[in-house]
Amino acid sequence: MNLHVGLTDFLVVSAILFSLGIYGVVTRKNAIMVLMGIELILNSANLNFVAFTRFGLMNLTGQVIALFVIILAAAEAAILLAIVLNIHQQLDTVNVDEVDKLKN
Amino acid sequence: MAQTIYQSFSYILPETILAIFFVLTLLTAIVGKRRSKYLPAYMALLGFVIAGIFVFNQIGTDELVFSGMYAVDPFSWFFKIIFLVAGILIILFSLQSRELEAASTKYAEYFSLIISLTIGAFFMAGSTNLLMMYLSLELVSISSYILSGFTKESARADEASLKYVIYGAFSSGLMLYGISLLYGMTGETNLYAFNQAIAMGGIQKITLLIAIVLILVGLGYKISAVPFHFWTPDVYEGAPITVTAFLSVTSKAAGFAMLIRFFKIGFIDVAAQPVVAGMWEIFRGFRWTDIIAALSVLTMTVGNLVALWQSNIKRLLAYSSIAHAGYILMGFVTLSDQGISAMLMYFVAYLLMNLGAFYVVMLVANKYHTENIDDYKGLGYRSPYVAFALTVFLFSLTGIPPTFGFIGKFYLFAALIHTNYIWLAIVGVLNSVVSLYYYLKVVKNMYLQQPVETSRVSFDFGTNLLMTLLVVPNILLMLYFSPVLAWAQNSVTMFGIR
Repeated sequence: MNLHVGLTDFLVVSAILFSLGIYGVVTRKNAIMVLMGIELILNSANLNFVAFTRFGLMNLTGQVIALFVIILAAAEAAILLAIVLNIHQQLDTVNVDEVDKLKN
Repeated sequence: MAQTIYQSFSYILPETILAIFFVLTLLTAIVGKRRSKYLPAYMALLGFVIAGIFVFNQIGTDELVFSGMYAVDPFSWFFKIIFLVAGILIILFSLQSRELEAASTKYAEYFSLIISLTIGAFFMAGSTNLLMMYLSLELVSISSYILSGFTKESARADEASLKYVIYGAFSSGLMLYGISLLYGMTGETNLYAFNQAIAMGGIQKITLLIAIVLILVGLGYKISAVPFHFWTPDVYEGAPITVTAFLSVTSKAAGFAMLIRFFKIGFIDVAAQPVVAGMWEIFRGFRWTDIIAALSVLTMTVGNLVALWQSNIKRLLAYSSIAHAGYILMGFVTLSDQGISAMLMYFVAYLLMNLGAFYVVMLVANKYHTENIDDYKGLGYRSPYVAFALTVFLFSLTGIPPTFGFIGKFYLFAALIHTNYIWLAIVGVLNSVVSLYYYLKVVKNMYLQQPVETSRVSFDFGTNLLMTLLVVPNILLMLYFSPVLAWAQNSVTMFGIR
């Protein structure tokens, strides 16, 4: 049995993560869970970058991009959490479906 | 000619100046009085003016800096001027905004975020590298998430920022996945190298299509093109008016700049003549521009049709700005120099008319405390000059002469007819007719309906002066548009494209 882990395996895992992320964003009502879905999407892209760099391509660009993305993901999470915290204080809910006053 | 890293720094002086003033504006919070809005506002204005001087010095520059990550060329120069003018006008508007006084202890943060959004927009207009594209897009996004929820005691603004950040983070995540696929296929992050990699062939068409569609999600979200527009009405209605106006111009123009550069550099067969025919097909007979044409038709039709039912003027202008994204995309479908220059010219018109319209909406909200279109009844009698100005801006948005909006639309349609996209031009004209209905509804309310109250409401001299500064170019440029046309035609040059 061949147990060698190659590029395809990483891509499959990242595709699964990506799909789970989209599923999470679309189905979850809780803003924090939506954020976790978004994090999954970002990390699936990160896995892609690192895997492509490790197998196949000779330069280190992908790994550098992954570092940048990690930092950005942290910044985005900070902003989203701050906004959700404020929503919780003002409207007393973190359910994204209940925040819908702006409709005619 | 490519520059070394050390030499490159001299080419990003405007961005550096803005970054310095970002910090300085933020520092005014601890030096000046906490509630004073003038100190941070003047600091930010000073930053914009100094950056503007350095931008003007870059006229005619055509260089690729930082190892091919960032282009300083006439194309990005054009957009930088747009961003600077928009930023300065927004700062002046913000000084008069009632709404922002709810967050009066945070003026320093507010003005510094306006600067940081502008820096992001600068980098978006010039980035020629997938990583740079993503980073600058996020800089704009993150600044605008905070700005849209800036008056955080207002439930409307909270909801706007929550919706904005969720849609925004989701679509930029999709875009990042698309970028990772592109990187995997070509091994390159540079758009020029990417073009060569496609030219050499051996790239899976299906994967490329998926990657590009995912990237289009991110860009389409920024320009609020239709399948990705759901955040726009809510954010535009909920955010403070000054922020709405800023997002509708700067953030949208930056998205368009990036979209144009991405496709124009990445996907055009440089060897082909004329360049229009040189865009690669995805499959036989199916070109990238077909996707854009579909987006454009959807965007303007949905934007205009939904705008018909709106009763809140900010929401109406939000749908109108979606429709305008559709019109501007029409110019992109042609991909010809004529089409791109028509788009650029439309941005000048869009800047003047849209900021003007939002300015009037803000003034009315300040004095009349309403954003409802029904409450605009009799505005023509109560505040004649404001009503006249709004009429000019709305005519300009519709594209009726004698306003600059007419010239902008005219050149877009001319470019389409020139490249045989006559069906698209017809759709565009029909859409303009539809838009006439809801713009004129506001004008009708102002002049033909009797007001409930009849007392006059007047505005101070500075307000009228600023409004005149927006009204005059809207009319004057209709009569004397050749300098703008020449400027737009000279600005289609991107580094490496001819």
